[in-house]
Amino acid sequence: MRADLEIIQKWIKPGSRVLDLGCGDGSLLAYLRDNKQTIGIGLEIDNQKIDACLDKGIDVIQQDMNKGLDNFESHSFDTVLLTQTLQAMHYPDLLVEEMLRIGKNCIVTFPNFGNWKSRAYIAFKGRMPVSDFMPYQWYDTPNIHFCTVRDFDDFCRDKNIDVITRTVVDNKHRDSAIIRAFPNLLSEIAIYHFARGQQGGQ
Amino acid sequence: MPEFLPVDSVGIVSPQRFHFDEPLPLRSGKVIKSYDLMVETYGELNADKSNAILICPALSGDHHAAGYHSMADKKPGWWDVCIGPGKPIDTNHFFVVSLNNLGGCAGSTGPGSINPDTGTWYGPEFPVVTVRDWVNSQARLADRLGVQQWAAVIGGSLGGMQVMRWSISYPERVRHAIMLAVAPKLSAQNIAFNEVARQSITGDPDFHAGRYRDYGTIPKKGLMLARMVGHITYLSDSAMREKFGKATQEIKEASLNLGRDLRAGKLSFGFDVDFQVESYLHYQGERFSETFDANSYLLMTKALDYFDPSVDYDGDLSKAFAKSDCRFLLVSYSTDWRFPPERTQEIVTALLKAGKQVSYLDIEADEGHDAFLLPVPRYMQAMTTYLNRVKQEVAC
Repeated sequence: MRADLEIIQKWIKPGSRVLDLGCGDGSLLAYLRDNKQTIGIGLEIDNQKIDACLDKGIDVIQQDMNKGLDNFESHSFDTVLLTQTLQAMHYPDLLVEEMLRIGKNCIVTFPNFGNWKSRAYIAFKGRMPVSDFMPYQWYDTPNIHFCTVRDFDDFCRDKNIDVITRTVVDNKHRDSAIIRAFPNLLSEIAIYHFARGQQGGQ
Repeated sequence: MPEFLPVDSVGIVSPQRFHFDEPLPLRSGKVIKSYDLMVETYGELNADKSNAILICPALSGDHHAAGYHSMADKKPGWWDVCIGPGKPIDTNHFFVVSLNNLGGCAGSTGPGSINPDTGTWYGPEFPVVTVRDWVNSQARLADRLGVQQWAAVIGGSLGGMQVMRWSISYPERVRHAIMLAVAPKLSAQNIAFNEVARQSITGDPDFHAGRYRDYGTIPKKGLMLARMVGHITYLSDSAMREKFGKATQEIKEASLNLGRDLRAGKLSFGFDVDFQVESYLHYQGERFSETFDANSYLLMTKALDYFDPSVDYDGDLSKAFAKSDCRFLLVSYSTDWRFPPERTQEIVTALLKAGKQVSYLDIEADEGHDAFLLPVPRYMQAMTTYLNRVKQEVAC
């Protein structure tokens, strides 16, 4: 299974209701259904990915998150997930607020732009970073709102968001003491589990 | 006329008549003492009777949903693109049931039938039937067929409303509810179009207050007008441009002609048909007026107007779904302006609010409301994928 899913699944309570924003082919929801007996719904806009969800028996709503999540009731899910999509959103701050409204707790993963490779790429090449992990040019990238671990920490503090767990890993989702020691410099992917007030009912 | 039957056709089919003696109480308070339903079935019911799918017909749909009645038929049933061996509703695996609803005019008890109380044909005396009444009669049909729970109940437009009613009235009898091009209730604009249709029928001098048969006539002109206005709402602007703009495509002109193809190649400077679209509407209206009954048309439009399952729940549709136990699939089509995607999304939102399991697809399609009847590839693919899962669940 995907390494980030391995980390995320530990934070999902068995039998809980899970909303996966940008659920892709539904593999995370299928894994959670099969191993944690969750009741899940995914949001996706891509036709092929939606078909892959239906094929797995995963419920999926064809909906563009950039147009809002008004159709979801407050506190209607236990956990709201957003994996590797935050940086592609038009209004990441509003989306996180909506996630906090809909879910008791939330999980967000994003590529850490503060990683030394990104810094070095700009410092030495003077160009926007292009890598196997983020293979886009500046003009065609869907990733329009990059942030760093430090930025997101500040964001959570400013918005009164309680970070329950922060995990930082390399691009193979491997955890290590050295990455934990210098998260903003060494981690490539950041995984945040957060809530507002009462620690997500944990 | 098919020279030979396509391999993915259910083939030659014959309708069956089911008679019911138990009186059917209607939402209006009236009662139909006994009635017939015309039914077609395709495929085989499995041993544990778990593979049955009910097809709920739309306004003009009847029991003949797939296959041919004879080799002389020009066209197959109305949803042949979706029903057959290897098609999305796969008759190699599912037992498919399709019917003509009460009040219709294809053999089930309706305004053209004999009223046992008077010994003469019902005509305008046939009681107004609602979606709820239809679903109650369909539940009795399920009893008769020995189907305790449908693997899926499927329908588009007015058919989708019946699917919704099934999920509310008979939660334990539906595994999957599939609704296509549907709205939770009609808008004022929808009702307005229906009223124009009704006025054109009742205003036809040949209507004779619904007793036209006694005068040896039918309100042909009125029915034709009703169908014409209906047909405009079933097509989209883009579908019309495509359908009636062929001349432009052929000569590959840079600019679109907006579907303004001329019928005779030039303007007549009179008030006869000039454009292809007019000729098409005339043809559709005329053909419909020869096959459909005017009183039935009035009843169908009223069933549409009255449909609103939230009325019993303080106007809150999500409460109506509280007991629903099935999984839902809803599909809307981008150019449908009769029931636009936003109308279908109202149902999705209510289902989410009720905490139900629901999938929703917003299909890009140029064909307007009619798209649900047509083989739009993306839509056919999604139906196939979804029903494959249903197939696995009921192991058929």
